[in-house]
Amino acid sequence: MSPAFGRGVMTNHMIDLKNTNVALIMGSNMAENHPIGMKWLMKGRFDPKRQTKIIHVDPRFTRTSAVADLYCPIRSGTDIAFLGGMINYILENDLYHKEYLVNYTNASFLIKDEFSFEDGLFSGYDASKRAYDFGTWDYQYGPDGKILTDETLQHPRCVFQLLKKHFSRYDIDTVCKITGAPKNKYMQVLELFCSTGAPDKTGTICYAMGITQHTVGSQNVKAFAIIQLLLGNIGRPGGGINALRGENNVQGATDMALLFHIIPGYIDSPTNTEDNKDLISFIRKITPGAAKLPFSNLNEFRELVKAGIPYSGWRIHSSKWVVSLLKAWYGDAANAENDFAYHYLPKRDASKNYSHIALFEAMHKGEIEGLFVNGTNPVVGGPNANKEQEALTKLKWMVSMDLWLNETAEFWTYQGWERATNNPDVPKYTPKDIGTEVFFLPAAAVYEKEGTASQTGRWVQFRWKGADPVGESRSDLWIYNELGKRIKQLYAGSTRPEDEPIVNMTWDYDGHDEHEPDILKVANEMCGYNVADGTPVEGFAQLKDDGSTACGNWIYCGATTLKDGQFVYKPQLRQKEDPSGLGLFPNWGWAWPMNRRIVYNRCSVQPDGINPWPGDDDRRLVWWDEASGGWAGWDVPDFIKTVGPDNPAFKDPFIMRPEGKGCIFSTNGVLKDGPFPEHYEPWESPMPPILNKQPLNPVAKVWEPEKQGNTDKYPIIATTYRVTEHWQSGALTRNLPWLAELMPDMIVELSEELAKEKGIKNGHEVIVSTTRGDIKAIACVTKRFKPFNLGGKIVHQIGLLWHYGFKGYATGDIANRLTPHIGDANTMCPEYKAFLCDIRRA
Amino acid sequence: MAYLTNLYDTSRCTACRGCQVACKNWNQLPAVIEPFQGNYQTHKDTNGDTYTIVKMIETEDPVDGVIWNFLKYQCMHCFEPACMKVCPRGAYTKTDWGATIHDPDKCIGCQYCTYACPFEIPKYRKREDKIAKCTLCADRVEEGLQPACAATCAPGALMFGDRDELLQYAEDRVKFLRANGFPRATIYGKLELGGLNKIYVLTDTPDKFGLPVNPKIPGQIPFWQDWIQPYLGWLIPIALAGSAVSFVTTRILANKHGEHDEGGHE
Repeated sequence: MSPAFGRGVMTNHMIDLKNTNVALIMGSNMAENHPIGMKWLMKGRFDPKRQTKIIHVDPRFTRTSAVADLYCPIRSGTDIAFLGGMINYILENDLYHKEYLVNYTNASFLIKDEFSFEDGLFSGYDASKRAYDFGTWDYQYGPDGKILTDETLQHPRCVFQLLKKHFSRYDIDTVCKITGAPKNKYMQVLELFCSTGAPDKTGTICYAMGITQHTVGSQNVKAFAIIQLLLGNIGRPGGGINALRGENNVQGATDMALLFHIIPGYIDSPTNTEDNKDLISFIRKITPGAAKLPFSNLNEFRELVKAGIPYSGWRIHSSKWVVSLLKAWYGDAANAENDFAYHYLPKRDASKNYSHIALFEAMHKGEIEGLFVNGTNPVVGGPNANKEQEALTKLKWMVSMDLWLNETAEFWTYQGWERATNNPDVPKYTPKDIGTEVFFLPAAAVYEKEGTASQTGRWVQFRWKGADPVGESRSDLWIYNELGKRIKQLYAGSTRPEDEPIVNMTWDYDGHDEHEPDILKVANEMCGYNVADGTPVEGFAQLKDDGSTACGNWIYCGATTLKDGQFVYKPQLRQKEDPSGLGLFPNWGWAWPMNRRIVYNRCSVQPDGINPWPGDDDRRLVWWDEASGGWAGWDVPDFIKTVGPDNPAFKDPFIMRPEGKGCIFSTNGVLKDGPFPEHYEPWESPMPPILNKQPLNPVAKVWEPEKQGNTDKYPIIATTYRVTEHWQSGALTRNLPWLAELMPDMIVELSEELAKEKGIKNGHEVIVSTTRGDIKAIACVTKRFKPFNLGGKIVHQIGLLWHYGFKGYATGDIANRLTPHIGDANTMCPEYKAFLCDIRRA
Repeated sequence: MAYLTNLYDTSRCTACRGCQVACKNWNQLPAVIEPFQGNYQTHKDTNGDTYTIVKMIETEDPVDGVIWNFLKYQCMHCFEPACMKVCPRGAYTKTDWGATIHDPDKCIGCQYCTYACPFEIPKYRKREDKIAKCTLCADRVEEGLQPACAATCAPGALMFGDRDELLQYAEDRVKFLRANGFPRATIYGKLELGGLNKIYVLTDTPDKFGLPVNPKIPGQIPFWQDWIQPYLGWLIPIALAGSAVSFVTTRILANKHGEHDEGGHE
């Protein structure tokens, strides 16, 4: 979503789902895995005013399908074909929201003449590097440096016409042949969802891992973005693209730089390259439009910012975020003389990938000595779990922090190496073969500690502690606080320059008693304070790049304030007023950025900034208030408050994008595998490509070519998923008897047709095999799975629960022993959701 | 006193089974891990340590395709409970707000109630040689709380309150559902057996949810109650013999009504 809108976040929020006319749930089993979010959709469904219709698109019929108005099956890994067909349908039948499209998106922008697309490849492809040169993926600029546009959308080089041409191949019959979706069902989906292109209607898309865990995961989401921009559904109540996060604080963890390529607040992390060598180079690199500007120090740069940098967007302020971050981390040691200690920041190797698969591949090669495993269970949850478990044996030491001695903590036990069948390709170990020293730190459960969680809709909510931790278990904050203090102690007094980042790191989080650090001290540093007097910075617009402010994460700036001299942390607010009736609840918790509940909300009014979309009066969120000369509204405007009708940026709602518009065409390689999505088959696919000549996303990195399964040996598609009764790798839920009893068995779901073919009866033990390994499971033969008819060829799909492991009350084989080590071309998110297997009776 | 009851709306239920866990939590009942039952529904029926279950009934229709119906199943707290009529020790009582309560101290484990119940709800708990079943959380309700299942229900499928008000809600709801894609939506529990103190809003006919369409109390029960019970002290052996007879007849009756049709695919 970031390449399309500027931020990779859920655009709306959970409660807002009640405002929608049509919801498309795709790649998500929302009723089971996001039951509370589903509650709001159901509310709209039974609200006479909205009468929300729910569409569910999924390889199998789930509890979500059971409560949906329309269910359409889809073969795993063919989402772009499905959605591309929808884009084509919208364009062919003129169902798009024209005024929205012309004003708020880059549909009218002209693209370079050199840009082309042929045989499934965009211009600039280098097969030897499996990468693109992005030079031609750009706009046409006039002599004044302005992007050329054609608001009639007729110019053959405008994004709209290129889009039309690109997706013209995605006709309904071809799509149904690829996806296996029955034509009548697919047509119903198209008609129903595309009805939200009407200006008085909004439609929302909810997705989860069924969309992202593919070699084309990012482009799947991009296809959503194109549809929602065409239909005019972004930035409006009941609209949006709602990424349903799989854990309650995934959003918060990502905000705080869980991913390897960013530092807190979604700033690219510095690399070991020349263009990152010092603070000025780094700022030049991360500020859009700054690459060729003449400046050699911060003063000169500030002057340029004051004058305005064209096509920079809100990221023009990046220098303030970086300098404030350095001040927060290094305090007095960061000053104007030493580049605010930019040289303390570790620089990652730009040629390397540090994502999950890459880390475990490196570990498997013996390149990594030690590992902290904190709140994850890779032996169950990691792809190609046999290999990842083996990788742990190559470590010198491993620390596991968890509530339970889970499968990863006990990866070295006899039990951990029992396998369903003897497969010579799968190595076996015994405890005496394993030299890894394993430490276990018992962690407190969520109710045994205080702190915030940033939920999927960016709402930051405080949780007070409900009970004391059991035994010697401790909160994560306590563990990391002690770790930080003790590491600093080890380096105390060192005068070596390479030790300075540790010696000079600010570290003051101790609380009033030894048991718990003061979490509000962490909040204060994260949300920002004025260095001179320690008072909170009231919003990121007040952050400075001169060292006078410190802020650990600029997007959280504004979550703290002083009220009557008292420090107030806004996520602790619990006020239940909802003046708009739209479910914004502005004083319940706090949402980043700046308490905006629906981002890009400028789009909820017409380009004039005042009038709601025709027939949609009650879903207007913000408006230009002529009297006060600023933006006002029910929600906090996601717009620069003073930008009025006279300002050229008045119709640029996407302030985090350099061009200010929603991007149907993604320029300059923000998505590495193409400016438009293109359907590529999964790495392991039951059929050759039809739409193009590429067997796989041409940019996806292939780690283990020898492990690619083919249809001769593995003719059946497999996918993995969760059920409502268990949680992720099951460490938590399989240890609770009442949940274990609700879903006690590792099951594999398969159709009655496949069962008949293989002589499998409901309840039989079966073996499922891939090139990576074999597992045993109980067959659950069901009407809810149906074979796919791919242009006359019948292909079967099965589904595996990935919750099980060898610990706890409910045990079973680990589904991820079957999944491949390959990931999305942009994010390296593993392709858990589509691979080939075979199934037989045990 | 007006009756207080649960309303369960199948159109809102997503079968998360939070109610099942909340019930076990409040009543501190141990987990009963059963062998694989053929589908997600892990307990074929309620048992002595599982007062409520969610049935998941998978069917296929040539027009509507696959249908997966969910039904929370537990004691119906009948207005005129057969269990109470047949209990030789008077272990069953009815609260003034409509809950049918079983007193384990009086129970001798004869299981006559199990066989008499048109829903086969009272279940034998072997480890204590007693019967056990849903209490409508009388201990919570009498302290002003909702039953545990209703209090935990995330999608709002379970409600608790005044029976007459909930019946009115159910009528409106059924009207709405019939106009919005569920032409066969209906209320269950209003009239069945003279009234149940559980109201169901069903999106389809009761048989599609594994509920007896026309539940009946076996015909011989009034006889046992009126003639045998007063002499229960020395007639228990005969009563037990009777229960065997009743068991056979109830089963035949029940089968006739398709009560054992669990749906699914086996």
